[in-house]
Amino acid sequence: MWRRILALTIKEFLTILKDKRSRVVIVVPPLIQLMVFGYAATFDLKHVPFAVFNEDRGIAARELVAAFRGSPSFEEVARLAQDREIAPVIDSKQALMVMRIGPRFSADLLAGRPAQLQIIVDGRNSNTAQLAVNYAQSIVKRFNTEWIARHGGSAPPAYTEMRAWFNPNLESRWFFIPGIVGLLTLLVTMLVTALSVAREREQGTFDQLLVTPLRPGEILLGKALPSFFIGIAEATLIILVAVFWFEVPFLGSPLTLYTGLALFLLSAIGLGLMISSLAVTQQQGLLGAFFFMVPAIILSGFATPIENMPALVQDLTLLNPLRYFLVVLRGVFLEGTPFHLLLHQFFAMAAIGAVALAIAAWLFRHRMY
Amino acid sequence: MSDPRQRNGSAAPGTFRMRLRGLMRKEFLQIFRDPSSIAIAFLMPLILLLLFGYGVSLDSESIPVALVVEQPSADTASFTAAFHKSRYFVPTTYATTREAEAAMMARQVNAIVVLRRDFAQRLRGADGAPIQLIVNGVDANTARIVAGYVEGVWGTWLEHIALARGRSLAQPVQIEQRVWFNSELRSRNFLVPGLVAIIMTLIGALLTAMVMAREWERGTMEALLVTPVTMREIILGKLIPYFILGMGGLALSVAMAIWLFEVPLRGSPWLLFATSALFLLTALGMGLFISTIARSQFVAGQIALIATFLPAFLLSGFIFDIGSMPDIVKVITHVIAARYYVAILQTLFLAGDTWSVVLPNTLALAVLAVIFLGLTQLKSRKRLE
Repeated sequence: MWRRILALTIKEFLTILKDKRSRVVIVVPPLIQLMVFGYAATFDLKHVPFAVFNEDRGIAARELVAAFRGSPSFEEVARLAQDREIAPVIDSKQALMVMRIGPRFSADLLAGRPAQLQIIVDGRNSNTAQLAVNYAQSIVKRFNTEWIARHGGSAPPAYTEMRAWFNPNLESRWFFIPGIVGLLTLLVTMLVTALSVAREREQGTFDQLLVTPLRPGEILLGKALPSFFIGIAEATLIILVAVFWFEVPFLGSPLTLYTGLALFLLSAIGLGLMISSLAVTQQQGLLGAFFFMVPAIILSGFATPIENMPALVQDLTLLNPLRYFLVVLRGVFLEGTPFHLLLHQFFAMAAIGAVALAIAAWLFRHRMY
Repeated sequence: MSDPRQRNGSAAPGTFRMRLRGLMRKEFLQIFRDPSSIAIAFLMPLILLLLFGYGVSLDSESIPVALVVEQPSADTASFTAAFHKSRYFVPTTYATTREAEAAMMARQVNAIVVLRRDFAQRLRGADGAPIQLIVNGVDANTARIVAGYVEGVWGTWLEHIALARGRSLAQPVQIEQRVWFNSELRSRNFLVPGLVAIIMTLIGALLTAMVMAREWERGTMEALLVTPVTMREIILGKLIPYFILGMGGLALSVAMAIWLFEVPLRGSPWLLFATSALFLLTALGMGLFISTIARSQFVAGQIALIATFLPAFLLSGFIFDIGSMPDIVKVITHVIAARYYVAILQTLFLAGDTWSVVLPNTLALAVLAVIFLGLTQLKSRKRLE
């Protein structure tokens, strides 16, 4: 039995790796994507372009503008002299934010009256808009504290002190890079498995495979093993880049991570083979992979939190292996979560994998044309 | 073998039309015989928009938060009441910080707010009383949003106290914020137009990524080449049917965005369709190009998977702000067609016909369309010789 499986495994490896283009496609793009996406995927704003419309000649106004200009989050792109210049700079996306200081700003401040700073933001991307406002608020807050310290005034009777666990500087890159590890592992596994059965069906070689002494379970193993090894190797490479290039902290144990990885691969391969054996042509196989992957990525909690989704969609995410793997990845990387706290995720991925593999094996014999 | 292109270069326009019609008819038959193409054009937008329109949101509400009050008093009660009133929080009270920390480790709460034993006393002191906030920083974005909401609760509570004590607590500088185009900061309003861009990328590239490769792989391309049809006719014959399918998918997506998700369409629908048609041409061109350089469907499929969805998702400005990316990545985003289309869509939907945004982006799309289609023709021509 093992000899037969081994023979099939070798054949599968050869189909994937003998073609130079397909070899390149498996190794190079994921690495490039990791580098590009690793830098692209962040919610930390830098150099937000802003314009200043300052009608006040006082020093206080100038100090406030200087505080914004000195921040690495903001970059001044224009100075406006008139009210009607505001709309065009925002409309054309030249500036994301306009700060408008009225003529009585400094006078109000010195007289102890609240001085108004108007901030106009481009809400076309409401998330970026909200972040920019938050940044502006923290700059103004600091300005206020300094102003009170220098000029007197009543400090608020209570203040907030924030501490962030696991990610003290709230770098969103630390959140996204472990996520990208999961994303790319899924992508590579899907690439390798989704077309494997469909191609044989389209070319008619799958029927030949079925009349050999190989049993469906053996075909399944022979098809799954190469993807599994490729997945492990690829993921290892990606994890190494994440740790040594992007310097994301790795607090947990590699054993925990690899347990999660193995189970995730199991479920992803199972789903890939299931899709592939449902498909009759390669086009259908590719489509099936897309139909699975796109929702799997968007509904995994990779970019937007699962808790924000409606209850029905949240229930749907329970079928998504990537959801569990992301918890494992972020837990092991950033929190150092011990093995036993992730048992639930391991179990869920194993269950998805077992069911999907069983269905795939069943489909081998029962979906014939 | 003589070049069939040259032989037909001077053919009458009537025969051109006839041959093109023949090719298109064949392509349409292929589409209808394997319904997966129709599924791409209509079923995919439907399912994806439903899932994502409802599923994807950056608006955090009902955040579970742990409250730890070491010494309850009237002051702490008024503060915790402010949390219970906020729609952003679902507070749970814990007796000690340790219990609250255990709850955060187990991911039952996202943040912990601690009022120390001397809170009431220091509240009347000169320096003020600290309110400790511990957030789970793993999801940095959500952590920041939570911190912002806590500040909001703190602010309203302060005003409340000030009113009660009859003195002003106004800060020296007050921010008056105005958000244009999306005053409620509804994340769906920018995510849904972005999703339309992603879906159109997928439709365009997927529809055509396999078609040329399929002809090469099955050997029918050579059969086509010995007929009098020219390469340009073959490409047009492939492009037009899928273009029609894709526009159908677009109409469906836009209709869902407007009527189901209630995203306002402030620009002109004609401009939306014109720019979308151009984008679809770019996406189809990219698919055809992938299909032409990859000899096999396997490789074509792999490249399509890699080159379309993830770049459109991560590098288009759909979620992540392009301006904050490092310069090298910014340069790369310029070849991602979805980047221009996302900018156009978000502007047309939320801001209106702003020519200063629409025009340069449309131009960029046109350039990319010409490049992809030109490359396809160039690459195909070489194969003939």
